[in-house]
Parts: sequence; structure tokens; C-alpha cells
Amino acid sequence: MTDRQIMTGDEIRRAIVRISHEIVEKQAGTQGLALVGIQRRGVPLAQRVADAIAEHEGILLPVGALDITFYRDDLSLVAEQPMVKGTDLPFDLNGVTVVVVDDVLYTGRTVRAAMDALIDFGRPRAIRLAVLIDRGHRELPIRADHVGKNVPTSREEIVHVHVAEIDGSDEVTISRQIRTTEAAEAADR
Amino acid sequence: MTTATTPAATWRHRHLIDVDVLTWPEFELIMRVSEEMKGILARPIRKVPALNGRRVTTLFYEASTRTRVSFEAAARNLSADVVSVSTATSSVTKGESLVDTVRTLEALGAEILVMRHAVSGAPYLAAEIFSGHVLNGGDGWHAHPTQALLDLYTMREKLGHDLRGKKVAIVGDILHSRVARSNIWSLTAAGADLWLCGPATLLRGMDRWAVAWSGGAIPGHGRFNVTSDVNAAVKDADVVMGLRIQRERMQGGLLPSLREYAARFGLTAERVALTKPGAIVMHPGPMNEGVEIAPDVAVSGRSVILDQVANGVAVRMALLYLLAGGHEATHVETVR
Repeated sequence: MTDRQIMTGDEIRRAIVRISHEIVEKQAGTQGLALVGIQRRGVPLAQRVADAIAEHEGILLPVGALDITFYRDDLSLVAEQPMVKGTDLPFDLNGVTVVVVDDVLYTGRTVRAAMDALIDFGRPRAIRLAVLIDRGHRELPIRADHVGKNVPTSREEIVHVHVAEIDGSDEVTISRQIRTTEAAEAADR
Repeated sequence: MTTATTPAATWRHRHLIDVDVLTWPEFELIMRVSEEMKGILARPIRKVPALNGRRVTTLFYEASTRTRVSFEAAARNLSADVVSVSTATSSVTKGESLVDTVRTLEALGAEILVMRHAVSGAPYLAAEIFSGHVLNGGDGWHAHPTQALLDLYTMREKLGHDLRGKKVAIVGDILHSRVARSNIWSLTAAGADLWLCGPATLLRGMDRWAVAWSGGAIPGHGRFNVTSDVNAAVKDADVVMGLRIQRERMQGGLLPSLREYAARFGLTAERVALTKPGAIVMHPGPMNEGVEIAPDVAVSGRSVILDQVANGVAVRMALLYLLAGGHEATHVETVR
């Protein structure tokens, strides 16, 4: 297994700051915006985007956490029932522009599940997507509105996003270890 | 007894017929998933697609309102398709055997079979011949695992997650009670100070269980106490659970009369006053008010009986979800 660093902590920080500006620019302000991180690593990333917006706009946006386990389309395919990590959406989604935040965009199935889950909570005015890494290989017609870094990958590669809140440090690495598709997909969730 | 607070990472049971097969981390896993399911019940849309297209069949050979409705609500909340077989209107009345009924339901597409049967052990027979998952909704005097798990969930919700040393008194017809038998497994695994209380005729055999349990003879389980002194059982208790006097199972003068039972063992306000401040009163239902529990106690601020009913849906959702996942290769039970 060879791990190659593709983003440093500083690069992650700058990407988050840029995404935070893009989000506000696209909305023409912070009115009616909310951030929702997908469990697990999307949650601290959403919080960081909110902190960055608070820094330059002076407004702290509502931040939620979304667990998409019960909305996955592969429950009968995975060997182990995935562990639930908790949904916490402490605001009304109706009429709000929700920016979904995740670490890696790959097949698009997680985002599909996240949209289904959000719509069960209300009717957002719009749902947008911000990801730290877009690694390609979409299986659904989904694209991100805000991307930290586009990384061309092969399906055999695995992208690891490390965030200080969970992993102790900030970096993104890519490993070339050959794994089964199933394990690789599980690792990306 | 175990003190682990980390839930098991994986579910490895193909069936759930009693909680005696669960390790403490597995209890914790069920509690953790149940908590998540309870969150779903608080949402505007109380439904997730987790078991979309999966087929759950309920087969109840005994009368039941809350358990059957609770299982069916749980299955629907997970988007499963539910087929409900009532034996009173099925071929069972024509003499069809349990084995034939189960094989027929399997041929009709049942994947998860929730069953209740008057004969202890009947779900084990069903599990032997059924290629899907069997979830026991109560068998004879033997086991009622989902009740024990919803009781455990409700106790943890009201008293905190660590039940070690909490005094739990179960009062009533222990002899005929599958609820009590399953609760012995779960509460001694949780480390609770468990007391079983009832008339000597309705405790028959329990002293042998208690001896077998004493001194950590059963790995992962603590000891429990058996008494006919109701005041000793409820004194300073954190939980008092009344059990239904099962009139349909009372034969041969086990009780002099219901009135005498109510006077000597009924959960009255005076007896509940002996418990700890903040103690909770539970009952698996259906209640004989005025017999095992006084009407004013059942609706008092101490009573969590309706919380038990609501939590039952969440716990059953968790079990359906866990059973439906996983692979045959990871199941500990033998595959036929």
C-alpha cells in the first residue's frame, strides 16, 4: 500500500475558505442559507465552512448533520450493516437553500441518498452540493456546485480525507492498494 | 458481568428468538440503533426506505394488540411490505401444522417472519425450516425478546445508560411470564440489581434459576434475587415492573383469588411510595387495573407505560433493520 498526499492541511484550509466565498456569492448573501454535513467527515467540514462564512460575513449559518444510512440503496449488498451515526437538523428546511457538504464525491449515490433524506424533512428552496474532493466515476447524474479539488482517479484507488476533528490531522491522501470494489466503496462512505 | 460501553461493530445473528444469545456489546448495538430509529419517529415523515421491498410476515398464533401493531408499524416505517397472518382466519383452523404454515409463507415470499406462539420453543422449530429470519414475538412462557429490549431501552432512557447497581423489581406472575424470563437475561447482563417477586406458587422454579445465576456462574450475567416479600422487593427500587396476572394460564388454584392477589402484591400508591424518588413504574401490558397495578399508579407521573409502547416501535425497527442486513457467512447460527 502506497499513500500519496494530494492535499496538505493548508491547502484544505484555503479550499474551504474559497468554497465559503463561492457559496455566499452564489446566494448573493447569507439570507436563507443553511449547511448540512453528511456523516461522518462532511460534518466537521460543514462546520468549518460555516466558521469561514462567519469570519467574512459576520453571520453564523445554521449547521446540521445528516446520516444517510437508512437511505442507502445497497443495504442488502454490504456484508456488515453500516453503523448509524446520527442525524441532527436543528432548523426548518422549508424554503431554505441547503448546501450539502461531504468530503469525497465519487459515485453520487451518497448524495442521492442525502437528497432523499433532506426532502423527507421538508421542502428546501434549493439543494446545493459542496465537496472537498471530486474523484469522478459518477454512476448517477449528479454534479457538485463547489469543489475543493478535482482529482482524477482510477476505481482501484482510495481517497482518504483526514480531518483534525476525527483523525487528528488535516490531509488528503490517495492509496493505490487494490481492493474489491465493495471495500473501496465502503471506505469512501 | 460486562461493563463495555462500546456497541458491537457488527450484527451476526440470523434470528432473534431470545436475548440469551446476545453479548453486552450487542445489546449496546441494538440500543444505539433503536435510539436512531426513535429519532426517525420524531420526524415529520416517520418513514425511511431502509427495508424498501423487503417482505415481513407476522404470524401470530396468540392474541395480541400492541406487539403485532408495533411490529407492523415498525416494518412499515422502514418501508418493508407487511403481510399479516391471523391464525384464526387461516388454514391453521383446518389443522395445518406450524411447519407447513411456515413453508407456505416462505413460498409466498416471506423474508422475515415475526411469530408468536403459545408453545415455548416453537420459533426454534420455525427457524430450523425457514430460510429467512425468525424474530420471536413471544413464545409460551419462554421468551419475549423485543419486550425485554424495549424495557431495557426505556430504563436507560429514564435512568441513564448505566444500569449497574440500579434496583429493578419485577412483581407478579413470574412463573408464566416470558417477559420476566427475557428480562432476567438482559437486566443481569446490564448489571442491574434484579428482584423477582410474587406469590410462592407463581415463583416456582425461579429459585433454581437464581442459584444457577449466582456468583457469575453464567458469563456476562450477574445474580438476581427471588422473594415473596413485596415490600422488600420494591423498597428503594429504581424500577418497579408489574406483570399481568394471566387469567388464561391460571389453573389448579395457583392463586386463592384475584382480590387477595391485589391486596398482597398489587402495585398500589403506598407500595410505590417505598421506591426511590424518581423511580419509574413499568408494565408490559395489557394491564388488569386494580389487580396487579392500581389505576392511579398506572397513570401517575411515575408511570412510563406509554413510553414503553412508543419505544417498542423504535426497538422493533432496529431489530428488523439489523436482521435484514448482513450476510449468511457472518451469521453465528447454522445455515440449513
